[in-house]
Amino acid sequence: MHSLRKQRLQLVILLVIATSLAVGLVLYMLRENGNFFYTPAEIMSGEAPRGVYLRAGGMVVDGSLQRADDSLWAQFKVTDGIETLTVEYSGILPDLFAEGEAAIASGTVDDNLVLQATEILAKHDENYTPPEVADAMSEAYKQKQLQQEGAL
Amino acid sequence: MKVFSNWQWFHRLGSPRWFYQTTGRWLPWLSVATLLVLIIGLVWGLAYAPADAKQGNSFRIIYIHVPASFLALAGYYIMAIAGAVGLIWRMKLSFMVMKAAAPIGAVLTFIALFTGAVWGKPTWGTYWVWDARITSMLILLFLYAGVMSLQYAYHSVDAASKAGAILALVGTVNIPIIYKSVDWWYTLHQPATIKLTSAPSMHPDMFQPLLVMILGFYLFYALVLILNTRSEILRRERKTGWVRELAQSKSGFDARAGD
Repeated sequence: MHSLRKQRLQLVILLVIATSLAVGLVLYMLRENGNFFYTPAEIMSGEAPRGVYLRAGGMVVDGSLQRADDSLWAQFKVTDGIETLTVEYSGILPDLFAEGEAAIASGTVDDNLVLQATEILAKHDENYTPPEVADAMSEAYKQKQLQQEGAL
Repeated sequence: MKVFSNWQWFHRLGSPRWFYQTTGRWLPWLSVATLLVLIIGLVWGLAYAPADAKQGNSFRIIYIHVPASFLALAGYYIMAIAGAVGLIWRMKLSFMVMKAAAPIGAVLTFIALFTGAVWGKPTWGTYWVWDARITSMLILLFLYAGVMSLQYAYHSVDAASKAGAILALVGTVNIPIIYKSVDWWYTLHQPATIKLTSAPSMHPDMFQPLLVMILGFYLFYALVLILNTRSEILRRERKTGWVRELAQSKSGFDARAGD
């Protein structure tokens, strides 16, 4: 390769490496700020600010959803596997909101460590399955659990 | 002398006239292949693939959303590499490819963002959030727009090409950020379904049409990039003998395309 072209090639590579390094360092410094939500553990440990509008995300705990009979009020718990956070919300829950699925609640954490949410978003996972396969899988899972219980 | 002969093929590739004539022969085949693959993929994905257990039919927007996002990212590398080749070898054709790639990438990025918003409403409960994935994808749209507008910001084509190439190269840092954003930060957007290292977390009946659609979008991208580059060649080389000859020949495009 011609020496002038080699020089330009080196300049181009240097440009890409230098910008990547600069942006990489900035992102590393701001890494926590890039997060869209806090985990229940961060909120319960006091790492997340109190009384400030924030988002909390986690898995909706099975059997934790309670609804009022005469209003849109609902209460449920979200967990990240370490801590559990109670969320209260008055409004329509998204279609994909369900126990055992991930959800993100926006609002403020009150003194009783309950998140008073003004918006609930459902966070779906990256798995896609046809209904029959999903049914068959949950059926097989139940069977296996029954067998295990029988063995005990 | 030896060095020169080794790089000769590369310089021939850089001839706009050679590119115009060669791609002219490919166009009919590429168009038919693109159309066929896209029709097969769309009918398969939209009509025959099973609905998702949780999302129902709304998940089918994946057959547009994911291929458009794929090509928005891959197309950026194509644009940036074309810009780099232009900067290093001062190759005119390469800069034309870069200029041609920018609006295609911008449209694909817009499609990815738009289908994502349409999909987000029924699944997440919102059209838009400022999470790392969606925000970095918006930055990609601005980068494409930046390269596009730089092409028209200078009187000299050469200066515009160099400025565009430098911005394109600087912007490449955003591509791995978009790709890894769902792993590096907590985002509303779910992690990747199609992974490099493990099997896709999608049933094969749903995944196969998605692969066909991704292939179809690659073909479509190649087709549109070639068409766009050809028109840029004609515009920039309009004063050369071969383009004048081409314009004067009665049957124009068809007669020259085949030789």
